[in-house]
Amino acid sequence: MYVWVKIVSVLLLTSLMGTWSLQASDRAFNLGNIATSQQVKGWDIDVRPDGVGAPIGSGSVFDGEEVFAEQCASCHGDFGEGVDRWPELVGGEGTLNTHDPLKTTGSYWPYASTMFDYIYRAMPFGVSQSLSYDETYQIVAYLLYMNDIIDDDFVLSDQNIGLIKMPNQDGFLLPDPRPDASTIDGNPCMKNCDVPVKIIGKARDIDVTPED
Amino acid sequence: MKFNRRNLIKSFAALGSVGFSTRVLAQDKPNPNNLPPNLPEWTPDLGAGVDENPYGSPSQFEREVIRRNVPWLTASSQSSVNFTPLQDLEGIITPNGLCFERHHGGVAEINPTDYRLMINGLVDREMIFSLEDLKRFPQVNKFYFLECAANGGMEWKGAQLNGCQYTFGMVHNVQYTGVKLSDLLRETGLKPKAKWVLAEGSDTSGMTRSIPIEKILGDCLIAWAMNGEALRPEQGYPARLVVPGWEGNMWVKWIRRLEFGDKPYMTREETSKYTDLLTDGKARMFTWVMEAKSVITSPSPEKPIHHKGIQQLRGLAWSGNGKIKRVDVSLDGGKNWTTAQLHAPIMAKSLVRFTLPFEWRGEELLIQSRAMDETGYVQPYIQDLQKIRGKNSIYHNNSIATWLVSKSGKVDNVRLG
Ligand code: HEC
Repeated sequence: MYVWVKIVSVLLLTSLMGTWSLQASDRAFNLGNIATSQQVKGWDIDVRPDGVGAPIGSGSVFDGEEVFAEQCASCHGDFGEGVDRWPELVGGEGTLNTHDPLKTTGSYWPYASTMFDYIYRAMPFGVSQSLSYDETYQIVAYLLYMNDIIDDDFVLSDQNIGLIKMPNQDGFLLPDPRPDASTIDGNPCMKNCDVPVKIIGKARDIDVTPED
Repeated sequence: MKFNRRNLIKSFAALGSVGFSTRVLAQDKPNPNNLPPNLPEWTPDLGAGVDENPYGSPSQFEREVIRRNVPWLTASSQSSVNFTPLQDLEGIITPNGLCFERHHGGVAEINPTDYRLMINGLVDREMIFSLEDLKRFPQVNKFYFLECAANGGMEWKGAQLNGCQYTFGMVHNVQYTGVKLSDLLRETGLKPKAKWVLAEGSDTSGMTRSIPIEKILGDCLIAWAMNGEALRPEQGYPARLVVPGWEGNMWVKWIRRLEFGDKPYMTREETSKYTDLLTDGKARMFTWVMEAKSVITSPSPEKPIHHKGIQQLRGLAWSGNGKIKRVDVSLDGGKNWTTAQLHAPIMAKSLVRFTLPFEWRGEELLIQSRAMDETGYVQPYIQDLQKIRGKNSIYHNNSIATWLVSKSGKVDNVRLG
């Protein structure tokens, strides 16, 4: 009897302790380390459309032209027109609803913040995270200017990057409307279905498949 | 040294294996000396010992079973893609070395000792985990397909690439070992305002995608192993995000950070890319699910028919919305359909193998497969997609493909209309 009581009280105590520790920290496994604010600052480089996360700094169109020529033009062209098959960054307005749409930062990208975020984290291609914040503001200012979004005397900064209105900001549809193109009754036609069976194209004739 | 076949192979290898391999592989006539009643050349001699090949590789006769790319697709091989040779695979598991690759800045090489995963933003505690920490959490082992949203993207306007590998090969299926994010996040806690996660890679492209919190807490994993061994470098070694059923771009490789916020981040990959441009110039955004799809892997352009008589048509089907319920096959361009056999295991958000035996008498065939998933969704025709989305979408082409089997047994990717 005595032993039994003891076991029960131990069980009770441990379960109480368990509840207590969950409430105190919710850490179920006690794994990992608390990150210092300095550690987080070094890796937390993203910038959101409303400007949240934009690092302190600024840059002019004029300075941007120079940095772009040095760091980016070899692939993207002096004016962002793209060299060879490297991506075009400028132009394309009015093409999105045609057979040959040209999606660029100017014609397609909905937010200027994305330009800062992406260029800082990923460009120049193969030398990422090497630009200073000011250089990145300069380049984004230059690209916005080349796309006729800001004037040549504009100075872009952490204060105003969340306020830039991009031409295609309202060009995106949410939420996902699919399934949009299928019978979802689980009962498709099985016999004598009315479908086109004329061959209208052969990949062999296009002849772009790599040969081994 | 005794002259035997193995030494012969070795000396040829020393000279450069290319000529030899093509000769061996091109040899489609058997060598009568190896056939009954003769003693085959590999029988009398000793073969390779256990110390010769500590990490095994496929037979030399399988050298053509490799990932392939389409050089003209991209400007740089570091921001490019190659394709899984689906036509050469059996069952539902993709061998690790054949899983297609898509990188935006090449493969990051990470010493696992230096690996860290940071979790910050709207959490109770901002934390950092080492790989060893991650492996001490409760683990799960799950089979999932991973498909690039652009799989079949070159086929939106018409039949363009003449191969099963090039038109369907941006998909693979492996068993992942990892920790559920719902378990991992018990360590950090979540603030009530946390609605979105930014997942960020540590490669040179700093890959980033926003993911809604319901999905993250639902079935997402941080995985460190595939098919029983550590992730391959090209698949995100030492750790990647697993986002079952959703487009491959979101499965951030070499993952270094998860940031919790109250709004989506609108990264380059979810604005400039992975949005679906419609004919009116508007684009759909956040189209994450990979809808039901199937492909006939044999016969296919790479797997022509060699003999009349019985054939075993083989294929794969998958759905990001759950389990595959049924696959139908047509030999006459979609007029008449027969239900194929599905092979167990049939798992949600995993590839499923189907087969259908048929008799070929040398006539022309137009073969198609049509998948249906447990929601009742039926794989559409390209015309159904084009009617609603136009031809500029690039992504999410899950339409039925047509292989033309000609009288010679040759197989072609064709478009019907
Ligand atoms: C060595 C060639 C090279 C250089 C130099 C380079 N880029 Fe890029 N850039 C690329 C490639 C390749 C891509 C596509 C990357 C991918 O596929 O993810 C790209 C993509 C981009 C994009 C996104 C395009 C889109 O429509 O999504 C922007 C913006 C960009 N670069 C800006 C810059 C800027 C600014 C610089 C200079 C700081 C720069 N790049 C330097 C090669 C280069």
